[in-house]
Amino acid sequence: MTDAAASRALAAPSAEGALAALARRAEAVAIPLGALLAGVAAFSLFLALLGHSPAEFFALVWRGGFGTAFSWENTLSRAAPLLLAALCVALPARLGLVVIGGEGAIVLGGLAAGATAMVVGWAPGALGLPLMALAAMAVGGAWIGAVGWLRHHRGVNETIASLLMAYIAIALLNHLVEGPLRDPASLNKPSTPPLPDWLRIGEIPGVGVHWGLAFGALACVLAWVLIERTRWGFAARIAGGNVRAAQLQGLPVGALILGFTALAGAMAGLVGFFEVAAVHGAANGSLISGYGYAGILIAFLARHNPLAIIPVAVLVGGLEASGGLVQRRMDLPDATVLVLEGMVFVAILLGETLYGRFRMFRPELWGRA
Amino acid sequence: MTMFKGAGRLSRRGFLGAGAGAAALAAGLRPAHAAGLTVGFIYVGPKDDFGYNQAHAEGAAAVKAMAGVTVIEEENVAETVDVQKSMESMIQFDGASLLFPTSFGYFDPHILALAPKHPDVRFQHAGGLWSAEKHPANVGSYFGYIGMGQYLNGVVAGHMSKTKKLGFVAAKPIPQVLMNINSFLLGARSVDPSITCQVIFTGEWSLAVKEAEATNALIDQGADVITAHVDGPKVTMETAAGRGAWVCGYHADQTALAPEKYLTGAEWNWPVVYTRMAQTMLDGGTIDNFVRGGLADDFIKMSPLGPAVTDAARAQFEATKAEIMKGGFAAIKGPLMSNTGAVVAAAGEAFEETDVRLESMDYLVEGVIGATS
Repeated sequence: MTDAAASRALAAPSAEGALAALARRAEAVAIPLGALLAGVAAFSLFLALLGHSPAEFFALVWRGGFGTAFSWENTLSRAAPLLLAALCVALPARLGLVVIGGEGAIVLGGLAAGATAMVVGWAPGALGLPLMALAAMAVGGAWIGAVGWLRHHRGVNETIASLLMAYIAIALLNHLVEGPLRDPASLNKPSTPPLPDWLRIGEIPGVGVHWGLAFGALACVLAWVLIERTRWGFAARIAGGNVRAAQLQGLPVGALILGFTALAGAMAGLVGFFEVAAVHGAANGSLISGYGYAGILIAFLARHNPLAIIPVAVLVGGLEASGGLVQRRMDLPDATVLVLEGMVFVAILLGETLYGRFRMFRPELWGRA
Repeated sequence: MTMFKGAGRLSRRGFLGAGAGAAALAAGLRPAHAAGLTVGFIYVGPKDDFGYNQAHAEGAAAVKAMAGVTVIEEENVAETVDVQKSMESMIQFDGASLLFPTSFGYFDPHILALAPKHPDVRFQHAGGLWSAEKHPANVGSYFGYIGMGQYLNGVVAGHMSKTKKLGFVAAKPIPQVLMNINSFLLGARSVDPSITCQVIFTGEWSLAVKEAEATNALIDQGADVITAHVDGPKVTMETAAGRGAWVCGYHADQTALAPEKYLTGAEWNWPVVYTRMAQTMLDGGTIDNFVRGGLADDFIKMSPLGPAVTDAARAQFEATKAEIMKGGFAAIKGPLMSNTGAVVAAAGEAFEETDVRLESMDYLVEGVIGATS
């Protein structure tokens, strides 16, 4: 064998191997993208049947969500709380748990932040803000951690438990801000006392969006590292795949469930903290704004991959940012954007069934007839 | 924002780059109106809710009919950063220079956060919260003495009730709501001092299931005239009328929901107020930062009396209305106790409709069955 022949023999399989690896990775991008397009196509048909121009609709979505500097500011403002809210769904999902009650941890996290500010109002921001954030994370973590505990030790379905506990959380928020924690000056909108200026969080300079956006993106990256690059994440993925197998291997399934649900709740609690410290300036009923439920949509669209949550949250933020422009220019109801989101959601869930069905993404079958 | 100086150019290139750029589309994307006045309305719920939002939307419709004015609207906008962005979007994309963000919760912090960034835009808010020391000069607030409307509701209810028990479906025990409950009962007691009114708080501004449950519970306990203070009284009106009770409306005209059972209703008169404000802007004037008014100032109005209203009820309704129109009317006047036994007003003491002390009301008067907490 000549040297040239030997190098050909070595090179050929490695080039083919690279192609095969690319094909496997391409599947994870091509299928959601295809599903997104299918959802958009179905929605366009729906609009056209109602006598509206799909082209005008998507041009407005582009302009309202991404077309100008203000559109980006608008989009990112809406995406900011969704990043952390989606993590509250995605983290337990890797263990095979469907937690949909992040809303409860969000409102209680906000309440905890507002209540903590009542106590640490004397402290400078560098001390007071971390304390508020810790309180929010602790309360949110305990709330969703309790869901994990109920699941592991009492066999209570985590989906139902988290959803019902969200209603309890909202009732608790209303009771406390209208009762013991109410600022007597908040006459017609019961709230905790307003945060002093030094306990407020400002905007990221030049972006026009509060710091919750940066923390949310950072949390997504860290969550990805946790799941994909640490032994805890590995153990969680094993347990999520087959809990019996994980137990047989001696993995601490109970501790994993408690840890992941508590971490998920802490992320949701942080949403509440940022809403209070960066947006509302006090804890009140405005905290009940559905971010926890929007997070479910985003986590599922991102297939519970924390890194994918970032672009998906921006996409959904952009859609919602453009909703107003669509209402005003096309005289369509505000639910139009929700219909689009719903159709895309269904298309992507249907797309889940397509994995492994396309020959071009399965290099091991390429050689066969 | 300061980072992006060439925002306009960026946007056009970005838009064309998206590949959607047909010339016909571009035409549709220009600001909706170049000259004249563009007025933006933002609602927290649906604008056809037969209630709070519909009352404002009726005002918007009246402004829309004015020459030289373009009206843009958005409904179901949450009291979060969403409303800040909706307002700014109306300013940036549509050139709005007068905004009516109508929900009470839009004021602090949302309007207060945005107004200093847009000193040329006028922000008008329903709720009466503006104060010269604390708030920007381009923000105005206005409110109406709608408790007087509930007092008149009570007068008719007092005549029509057989059981001498009234029912009130309320959202939250805040001053504005307590004022309405107390006024409704006191109106009825001006007819018959033995009348009582039971109140049920649902805890939320819009919670249809609880509103229906509350209405049924009130009727089960003998109430035969029902009114409400929630964002959309539609469910209460339909449920109560379906059970055979009389109903008094609130926020907007709900006659269509129960044509036989509807007695009258306390309505906002936003068409008059909003066209007045838009006209001031068109004439180049400045709207006062702090405006309030009652029946006589056309801030509120009463629904037409329903077909069942008796002559005696009609007579006292008209007489009381004429009394209120004169100004200086006091629904809360001594001697009056709260339903927990505290003195609300000593003998000879009267709280006129304009009295600021009424704005921090934290009691239910004697005869109201219910608790503020």
